[in-house]
Formats: sequence, structure tokens, C-alpha cells
Amino acid sequence: GRDIIDWLIQKYNVSEEESLHVGGMLVKYGYIYPLKEPRSLVLRPDESPYRFQTPYFWTSTRWPASELDYGNAKNQTEGVRGYSVLHKRINHTWDFVVMQAREQLRASKQRRKADRIVLECQEQAYWLINRPPVRSLLLLCSTVMNQIETSRRALGRNRVKSSICLEGFVKYSEQYLNHDPIMQGCLPSNPWISDDTAHWTMNADMVPTPTRLRVERWSFSFMELLEDSMGRREFMTYLEKEFSAENLCFWQACEDVRHGESSRIVEKVEDIYKNFLAPGAARWVNIDSKTMDKTLEGIRHPHRFVMDDAQMHIYFLMKKDSYPRYLKSDLYKNMLAKAIVPQETKKSVFPFMRRQRHSSPSPAQAATQAEDGQAKGAGQAGTNSAVQLSA
Amino acid sequence: MFYLDFLIVILCFKPFRCRSLPAQRKYMRSPLIPEMATQEVQLNETLAHLKTESETLKSKLEEERAKLHDVELHQVAEKVEGLGQFVMKTRRTLKGHGNKVLCMDWCKDKRRIVSSSQDGKVIVWDAFTTNKEHAVTMPCTWVMACAYAPSGCAVACGGLDNKCSVYPLSLDKNENLAAKKKSVAMHTNYLSACSFTNSDMQILTSSGDGTCALWDVESGQLLQSFHGHAADVLCLDLAPSETGNTFVSGGCDKKANVWDMRSGQCIQSFETHESDINSVRYYPSGDAFASGSDDATCRLYDLRADREVAIYSKESIIFGVSSVDFSLSGRLLFGGYNDYTINVWDVLKGTRVSILFGHENRVSTLRVSPDGTAFSTGSWDHTLRVCDDCYFFIGIKYNQNLCTFNFTPCAPDKPPLSLTATHLPKYSNLKKHIYRST
Repeated sequence: GRDIIDWLIQKYNVSEEESLHVGGMLVKYGYIYPLKEPRSLVLRPDESPYRFQTPYFWTSTRWPASELDYGNAKNQTEGVRGYSVLHKRINHTWDFVVMQAREQLRASKQRRKADRIVLECQEQAYWLINRPPVRSLLLLCSTVMNQIETSRRALGRNRVKSSICLEGFVKYSEQYLNHDPIMQGCLPSNPWISDDTAHWTMNADMVPTPTRLRVERWSFSFMELLEDSMGRREFMTYLEKEFSAENLCFWQACEDVRHGESSRIVEKVEDIYKNFLAPGAARWVNIDSKTMDKTLEGIRHPHRFVMDDAQMHIYFLMKKDSYPRYLKSDLYKNMLAKAIVPQETKKSVFPFMRRQRHSSPSPAQAATQAEDGQAKGAGQAGTNSAVQLSA
Repeated sequence: MFYLDFLIVILCFKPFRCRSLPAQRKYMRSPLIPEMATQEVQLNETLAHLKTESETLKSKLEEERAKLHDVELHQVAEKVEGLGQFVMKTRRTLKGHGNKVLCMDWCKDKRRIVSSSQDGKVIVWDAFTTNKEHAVTMPCTWVMACAYAPSGCAVACGGLDNKCSVYPLSLDKNENLAAKKKSVAMHTNYLSACSFTNSDMQILTSSGDGTCALWDVESGQLLQSFHGHAADVLCLDLAPSETGNTFVSGGCDKKANVWDMRSGQCIQSFETHESDINSVRYYPSGDAFASGSDDATCRLYDLRADREVAIYSKESIIFGVSSVDFSLSGRLLFGGYNDYTINVWDVLKGTRVSILFGHENRVSTLRVSPDGTAFSTGSWDHTLRVCDDCYFFIGIKYNQNLCTFNFTPCAPDKPPLSLTATHLPKYSNLKKHIYRST
């Protein structure tokens, strides 16, 4: 090892540190291999003997190593210990590997002993570097098979005519045009342009009166209503009047199971069963018997998706029945009537005076404070904690 | 069942390499036994047969897809009013990264951004004030993926370390964020993209090892893995659907796959791009998704029609797309390109409505803010920019007083899309001056 390092220092005129590094790389990639402790691919600056690898085995020669050859090399050197591990990996190929090994052993016995030792060393070193990816073959097969499966499944799909789908895009864009700030601007002004956060303040989660656009959006789809926390609250109020609030509560509880911590799934599913599904439960939900049976069966071994079918049933029940009636109800109509339409901030022709940009409390801060039990209004308007003039 | 047999056959007999071996090595190979030779031939035949079956199925699928394709998108969009030329302007420039910005994500509060760069730094900004709020130095370089948690209390990031780690955001200035780091995902190759699902508890990742995976944040457990890409997976996006169970991924194998998160199966697959797909993003309704690729095109795929329905390309655009996103209504598609520009496309008509210069190196990441008020881009020029469009307004001189009307962008020769004016002048001989707002 010492000789190698000295030679490198002399040849390349480098420091010992660099020579150690370069030499280390040579060993790592198999151009030189250690005779003692062959598994430790490190260049030691002492009396440890090394040998040059024959060019055939150089990494740059790029023979993709085959599993079968690997199997044979392992067989000769490791004996029983490697056997079971390799057996698991190569499985069906094993018999063939053994057969090939016997052939090689027979052929190798006819060589001179000295030659054999050298060749063994070289081969051993080669395999230490070039452990072949055993799974590459399996992966290739499974990929092709996956593709065939996917194509098969895709062929069985129900497809919709292009004209209907594309019409859908036109309608969607039209419906949301007024809600798209980049297309139509937003009221009272776009915060990024005017430096005024009024738009965000008016559309915060907890506002006494929502904006008109926001309430209108609840009528676009059931999903829009549920995704807006205020919309969801309003809908809950309506359902309470109709004595069907347990549906929404059930749906929310199921969402909690699906998206919550893995460790609490069992506990949450039990709660759901007690409150919503058990006979005589306080807030019993009306699910068809087939789905109910399937769900109760699944509850025995609770997992993240065990409530999916029931949840979907209740979701579509609400969507088809309660939601349309909500949109026609006085509750919704009143909300729409009293909703604000913000006045558009007039842009001055010479906006040299840039407004101060106020910072807002970080969501992380709001969470920590909630944990500390402090109640603070989650306003988005400037708190004056850090008033910054932009650069 | 045929396929199982085939698999066993493949495992038993791997064909020998046929190349001239140096004399030294020849003795190591056993001579070809006649039975093995014939089986090898059989094996090659089976492999070829399987491949042709796959190809036949694919072309049959294309035929089926084409049957229901009765009209093109731009034809349907003919009746829609055209958009004028938009002019985009940078509203904020976020400087602070010491190296190429690779990824960014918006917080649900519509103003905060997390971004990651090549030097291993992950920074959380309040983009509105341009203040930096948190900074973490990752132990690895090339942090290619970062995501903001829905609650706004944590960020996830990862890259060459093959892992995705979650950092809870603490407001204590003295606290070292890195101390609370939680290692969640483990891949066998680099992490290319990550995204929280509907809650802080689960993360979806994609990796250079060709797989995507769903992880439980609390325990670090792998909940589901998704195999099917034949090469590195570069991007993913979660579907905004009612049932919330699917996501799309794009990879270096030119394929975009739609997956069922519950079963791990690939539900749909699209292979029309000519090069690596760098970015995928769902249309706001969840019925379609757009993809951006190194072949310099963006494409729109409809999930119900099960086919590609539009290509957004121009002969003058020859550089690949690194990142795409839709405006809130889905009418505009923003694409960040490797030639340092951002092109804005009219999704329905297929035309380009704007080009934005400003970055001094390639645009690596682009996201529209959650409420659609602006979009942010990150670039290899070490900066992030938050951009918006300019409004044109007409200034009309009326008795020496200047009245201004604000209206939305339009082409100079066409009437405006909407006019919010306090009063309209009746005089026809008034001079009209078109001013651009600053």
C-alpha cells in the first residue's frame, strides 16, 4: 500500500492526502485489490500487499455481470453461508447455477494450481466490485407485464365522447372566469399589485359577512361548498334544521380517519361505530344494508379505508338530496343577499407612493398559540409586528 | 396464467452473451449443452411474442380512444371569446438563495412560500413582504423537492439524500429547525417531487428509482408504493376530486400515469410525449391534467375521454418545459421554460397569449398561488419572482380632467372584456390614450 501511495505522489506531484484519495478511488473501483482482507476496499499506507487487477475485470471494460456467473463465483468462495441467501434471490435459476458450477469445477481442476489461485483472486476481487443487480431481470419482466395489464384494463374502460368532455372545459372556464384574479382582477384589488391585503382579509376563514363571489362559488358544486370552511358551517346549520346533520358529521369523521394519523385509526373507527353505526346509536346514519354489512365486517379489522364505501354513500346522498335543497333554501338566499361586494380600489395614475406592506401572523404561530391555550383572532391584516418597506 | 409460466421460464434460462471471450476466460464458461440451446431459442421467441402482444394491445387501445374523438378542442373553443395579449409583470423578487432554486410551493395562507435550492438551503418566505421567516440547511445538496404542509406548520423536502424529511416550523428564533427534523420517506435514488395529501399526516413522493410512494408522516411507514414507470419519475400532482383518491405522475419514460392511491394500481397511462415529462398538473376541475416536457411542448390529457386533447407548442419554442400550472379558472396555462422565459397559453384555443422575460437563467419551478392572485417562479438565477398581469386602462381627457377606467387586458384593436367605469363620456371626439398601469 505504501508503495502505491509513494508512486502516486511522485508521478502526479501531489500531496499525500490527495494521493491517498486517488489511490482509494482506484481500489474502490477495482483497479487494484488488496490480498489480505479482500472485502475491505481501502488503500492502506502500510505494508499490506495489493495486486493489479487484470484489464479484463476493469470496471471500464463494462461487462454487465450476469447473475448466473455471480452465483458461480459465490459458490466457489463462500460455500454454505452464501448459499441460502443467494438461493432466495435466484430461486428457480438455482439448479442451473449448480449445474454450471460443477462444470466449471471440473474444468478448473485441470489447471495448474498457481494459475488457479491467481485467477481465483482476480475473479473474487472482480465480483466484490461488480455485484450485479439481481432484480434487474425481474424488474424488466414485471414492467412489460404491468404494461400489458394496464393496457388490458384501459381497454375495458368506459370512455366519454370528446365533444362532451371538451364542452366541459369551456363551461368550467366560463363559470370560474369572474373568480380568476389573473383573468378578471379581484376586488377590492389584487394584493400583489396594490400592496393592500384587504382582499385576503375579506376572504379569511372567519368573517362575519362573506363576499358575494365566495357565496356564489358554493353553488358551483358540492365539493366547493364543503371545501370552504364557512360554507361547510352554513351547510351544517341547514342540516341541523332538517334533522340530518349526522350525515355531515359522519362524513367529517370518515375524512378524519382517511387523512389522520395511522396510530389513531382504530380508536377513530371505534368512535364512528359507537356514534353513527351501532344499532340505537345517538346519531345513526342511514346506509343501505349491503354497504352497512360490508362496513361492519371491515370494522373488525380496521384500516385507513374501511369507511370508504359508507362515506361515499353518505356523500352522494347529501349531494343529490340535501345540497340542491340548501341552494334553494332561505338560509342560502339570505346569505347571498347580505354578502359584500367590495368596492374596487381606484388605482391612482401616478402610484409613486407605495403602501407599506404589513406582515401577517404565520400559520405556525397560530398553531403554537392555540396549543398554549391563548385565544387570538386569526386576522390577516397587519399586526404591525414587522412593518417593512419593500426594497 | 400464461404470464406466470413465462416468468418462471425467464428466470430459469438467461441467454448466454455471445461475444468473443479472451482466452483466459474461456474455461470458466461451461460449454453450451444442446438442450439449453433449444430452450434459449424458445425463450427468445416467447419474449418477442410478449412484446408484440404488448404492442398490439397498445395500438388497439389507440383505436378505441380514437373512436370517440369527434371534435378537437380548438373547434369547440371557436365560440369562446379570444383573450387579448396579456402583459405579465414581476411584483416581487425574492433574493436570498446562494444557488439554483430547484423547487417551491405555496402555503395555504396565499402569501407564504417555501423554496429549496442546489446548495441545500430550504427557505420559508413571506412573499408579500419578501421577508425570510425560516431557513434550514439540509445535509445534502440539490434539494429537488419541497412542499408546504396544509396546516402551514411544517415543510417537507428532499433530494439527493434519497429521503424526504419533514421539518415542523418553529417561531422560536433560537431553535434550530434541523433538530426537530423527521425522516419520513426512503427511496433508493434521488427524490424528485413530494406533496402532502389532504392533511399533514401523509406524504406522496416520487423518485429517481422509478417508483412513487405514499408515507405516513408520524411513523415513517410506507403505506403504498406505485410501480410502473420504466425510468425515473420526475413529478407528481394530487387530483382535486371529490373522492380524492388519485394522483398523476410523469417520468423519463415519457409516460404520464394516473394511479389509485388505495390499491397502488395504474389506472390510466398516456404516452404521447417525445421526451422526459418534467411536470404534471391537474386542471382545476380534476377532469384533465397538463404536462410539460423536454420536447418543448405542453399537452392536455382528458381523463374521461382517456386521450391527449391539446398540444401547446410553437416553432419558435425549442427549449424544454420545466414546470406547468393552471390559473384558477383553468383558462390559462403557465409554463416555465429552460430558455429563461415563461409562456402563457390559452388552454381552450391553444394559442400563446403572453411571454414573460425576467429570469436570467432557466426557470425550474412555477406555481400559481392557492387563490389564483399571482404565480411564482423559481429559477437557476438564484431568485424567485411573484408575477401578475398588468391592467390596461384607458385615460380619457374630459374637460382637461383625466378620468380613468380600470378594465381587464385586451388586444389594442378589440373592445375590452369588461368595463367597470363610474361614468361614460358621451363625446365622441375625445382623445383616447392607452396607458399601461405600473
